[in-house]
Amino acid sequence: MKVFAFHLMPYGALDMSYAEEHNSVWLKLPNSYFDPKIGHELYNRYLDELELAAEVGFDGISVNEHHQNAYGLMPSPVVMAAALARNTEKCKIAILGNAFALREHPLTLAEEHAMIDNITGGRLITGMVRGVGCEYFSMGVNPAYSLERHIEAHDLVVRAWTETGPFAFEGKHYHFEYVNMWPRPYQDPHPPIWCPSQGSTETIEWAAHPDRKYVYLQAYSAFESVLRYLNMYRSVAEQNYGYTASSGQIAWSVPVYCAETDEQAMEEVRPHIESLFNTFLPKISQSMFVPPGYMTASSMKKIFAHKATLRGGQKVEDLMQRGVIVVGSPDTVRDTLIERHRQAGFEHVLIMPQFGTLPADLTEKNLRLLGAEVVPALQALDENHYAGFELSAAAAE
Amino acid sequence: MADCTESKIDIRGTGMYLRRGGSGEPMLFLHGASGVAGWIPTFQALSETHDLMVPDHPTYGLSDEPEWLDGMEDLAMFYLDFLDQMNLEGVHLVGNSLGGWLAMEIAVRNCTRLKSLTLVGAAGIRIAGKPIADIFMMDPDDLVREIFVDQSYADNILNMELTEEQLDIQIRNRVATARLGWQPRLFNPNLRKWLHRITVPTHVIWGDTDKIVDPAYAAEFGKIIAGSEVTMIEKAGHLPHIEQSEPFVEAVSGFLQSKAA
Amino acid sequence: MKAFMFHLMPYASLDMSERDKHPSAWITLPNSLYDPKIGHELYNRYLDELELAAEVGFDGVAVNEHHQNAYGLMPSPVVMASSLARRTEKCKLAILGNAFALREHPLTLAEEHAMIDCITAGRLITGFVRGIGAEFYSLAANPTLSHERHMEAHDLVVRAWTETGPFAFEGKHYHFEYVNLWPRPYQDPHPPIWCPSLGSTETIEWAAHPDRKYVYAQNYSPFTNVCKFLDQYREVAASQYGYDASSDQIGWTAPVYIADTDEQAVEEATEHMEALFNKFLYLPFEQLFPPGYMSMQSYKRVAAHKRNITGGAKMETLMENGVVLVGSPETVRKKLIECHQVLGFGTFVALLHFGTLPADKTERNIRLFAEEVLPAIQPLSDNEYRGFEPAQAAAE
Repeated sequence: MKVFAFHLMPYGALDMSYAEEHNSVWLKLPNSYFDPKIGHELYNRYLDELELAAEVGFDGISVNEHHQNAYGLMPSPVVMAAALARNTEKCKIAILGNAFALREHPLTLAEEHAMIDNITGGRLITGMVRGVGCEYFSMGVNPAYSLERHIEAHDLVVRAWTETGPFAFEGKHYHFEYVNMWPRPYQDPHPPIWCPSQGSTETIEWAAHPDRKYVYLQAYSAFESVLRYLNMYRSVAEQNYGYTASSGQIAWSVPVYCAETDEQAMEEVRPHIESLFNTFLPKISQSMFVPPGYMTASSMKKIFAHKATLRGGQKVEDLMQRGVIVVGSPDTVRDTLIERHRQAGFEHVLIMPQFGTLPADLTEKNLRLLGAEVVPALQALDENHYAGFELSAAAAE
Repeated sequence: MADCTESKIDIRGTGMYLRRGGSGEPMLFLHGASGVAGWIPTFQALSETHDLMVPDHPTYGLSDEPEWLDGMEDLAMFYLDFLDQMNLEGVHLVGNSLGGWLAMEIAVRNCTRLKSLTLVGAAGIRIAGKPIADIFMMDPDDLVREIFVDQSYADNILNMELTEEQLDIQIRNRVATARLGWQPRLFNPNLRKWLHRITVPTHVIWGDTDKIVDPAYAAEFGKIIAGSEVTMIEKAGHLPHIEQSEPFVEAVSGFLQSKAA
Repeated sequence: MKAFMFHLMPYASLDMSERDKHPSAWITLPNSLYDPKIGHELYNRYLDELELAAEVGFDGVAVNEHHQNAYGLMPSPVVMASSLARRTEKCKLAILGNAFALREHPLTLAEEHAMIDCITAGRLITGFVRGIGAEFYSLAANPTLSHERHMEAHDLVVRAWTETGPFAFEGKHYHFEYVNLWPRPYQDPHPPIWCPSLGSTETIEWAAHPDRKYVYAQNYSPFTNVCKFLDQYREVAASQYGYDASSDQIGWTAPVYIADTDEQAVEEATEHMEALFNKFLYLPFEQLFPPGYMSMQSYKRVAAHKRNITGGAKMETLMENGVVLVGSPETVRKKLIECHQVLGFGTFVALLHFGTLPADKTERNIRLFAEEVLPAIQPLSDNEYRGFEPAQAAAE
């Protein structure tokens, strides 16, 4: 298994009295709540943390894109990936993801990914996402075309990465007379593409298609849902496309906190993990996260059902019990993750070692304990440790 | 010898330069990217049977450069205003190249004042894999050569000494064309799905050696526009009305007579 | 004076015999001529060179944006500035520039600049450019709207950087319901804005406006043109806007090559400098000036000189016209001091790598400039400037 450290880079210094006047840390929370002096400290601290993860043995480090919010201060994960490019040597750098179709010109992102891939000698992983619903308000993009633009942007980018230019791209949403990418990506044919998702059927079916076989990454959810969606990917591969998905196509992202003992871990992590779920995370109860047309009606209903329990008022005990997070001593964390792998067989795990307001010292301890006590055991796991997939069992779920 | 009057008329506050000559049923000729090169023999011939109007589009030639013009849709609406204001009925609309595109944009919006539509080397749609030649990237001298089969036409143009005013118009026309058609290049992705709204007899005329808009487009328009007829003009490039004046006028008149009968 | 090292990051390994089969090194030059293995080496070498410049005492390092070409491999200078952000400590990072208005959503760049400004605690300089003509082909942006979109994108970005969000931006080309930039930039009110240009009157008048007073940087041009345009900036400030432009508002960019002696410098640089001008930079007229990119007046002026910009630049001419500075440390130092006396520029941006110049010569060039020239030019101020004489500028 490959173990990644994923950072959201939240504005952990947020003045929590914001809640008296604002109902979300997204979109409309005035940016006067952001203090650039503190932002400077946080950005550098967070980059240090990712560089530390690379140093203590993680296989990769990962960043993503969100606009106009305090949940994740990376409107451009490209900036972060580029900052990490020459400060790391071997680890993969995963942008999970970039919202190509939020742009009128997805090739600008394709160029940037190609540049980073060149600089790092092929260490880039590209995540293609549609962006959370809120992004369609902040970027002024029509959510009703989100899915078809996403697919067309993908086709444009992959063609630009792989075909000799210049060629004309004659799409519905994108039309360019001269596509001719300088530089081309370093990796041949192009950086691996991952599809981080909250479990939309369209994404799973699209990612699993034999032309693509992209890595499907389930974002943090109750483990029951994780298992369901990861198995859905395997089922779709089997039933719709007639092939057996490899565990290399399966990834899971999860907040993890490790301390000396279970009790201490629980005690230390409580306010910070609760801040992630109760303050920073998008709340799908709010219409700005589900703009019209962003997903099909059936997907929307399904997601509501599975995420209903993730609304405000989360307690660390519940989150642990439902497997949304993994918290405990190194033994507990290791055993839990090994067991999860046995059940779901993901070849990639994205550990979020920092979340919400978790301070620098605890994050560093978390990373060092994980690096020393957990990561090596996970790296040793392979298909042999996976219980295996049974179509009938998955279908019954 | 120009048997036409030239004047600047006012259409809802925009000055439009108009050449008009002859009598008969009204015919409106919409020019292409390079504008109007005067009252050419073809116009003279057509004006013998028609009340022929050849305007400079707003921002082109000697017409005004209005603030409101942001795209082809605006230009189409402007010409509908023009038809209303002039109270023209039963108009034979002819458009070459970019003017052909414009003619279709007008016709899909409202055909009530039209009697027929003639498209000559028209832009406006895209056949995948068959782009219209990039008239912006080409060297202007090369472009002139590509437009004609008979290079003596190109030689005449290239050897012409331009006045300062003509030079200005040439630059203005080029900019105006880019304004309307830079992106996507000389077509409207939504036009194709509304071409069924053209309810007047339509004639598609193409130079058989058109190197700017491939003759494949003639067939395509012939296919999409219900009941349309296609005429290929031999030994003609992108401007058959200039290069093959007589066959062109014959084709136009023949079609209109057949429809009138 | 502040001295910057500027890098274009060309694809120096370009197969020139293949290059010569195409009209230029832009837009349609097939990217099969780009080898990513070599690109990997070049990118890292070039970044090393900029980091070296920071280390040896340059006040700043600079990168810029060009798409689909072998002349400069930075479709995104943001990537390069980000990469340099935590590998330099004190020097300014200048993005000269980014073409905000080539995007339908200029705020994505504004966000990126704000991020870099935050990471570097305010070391970012933002260059606002329209992009050269070729970019309008590769990015499919309409050149006839370039100027007004450029202005509007600037207004949008500066408002986003300075006003508390969310607010609605209701422009002609850009319309956003919720502008609310997270993060805001580190510098208050925002990163300094520079206007690199080849000398358009519109840009000079706009940059010199008292609401802006942006740094105007003249890109490589014959020295008489540099004088003309930089003096025009001072002239516009004085006569149109009634204030004296400070030398801090004036910058000059030029390729520089230094070796031990004048002869050696010329001999070593010639091939690479001519490659810059004739192989990489050269663009057919229609690609350089698409319709509507410039005002009618500017267009006609440039078109009149069309035959003069068809490549075939020679080192002697480039030197003679003062487009490039090449020579011994003594020669380059004296030349820069003399130019400063005439022009009083507060910023000099040196292109110390150009065309096909190899790594060893680039490194020596950087080191010689740092050791032999920097100490002499950094102390220069308005005291050494002969001062601006409006009448003389008008006569020129």
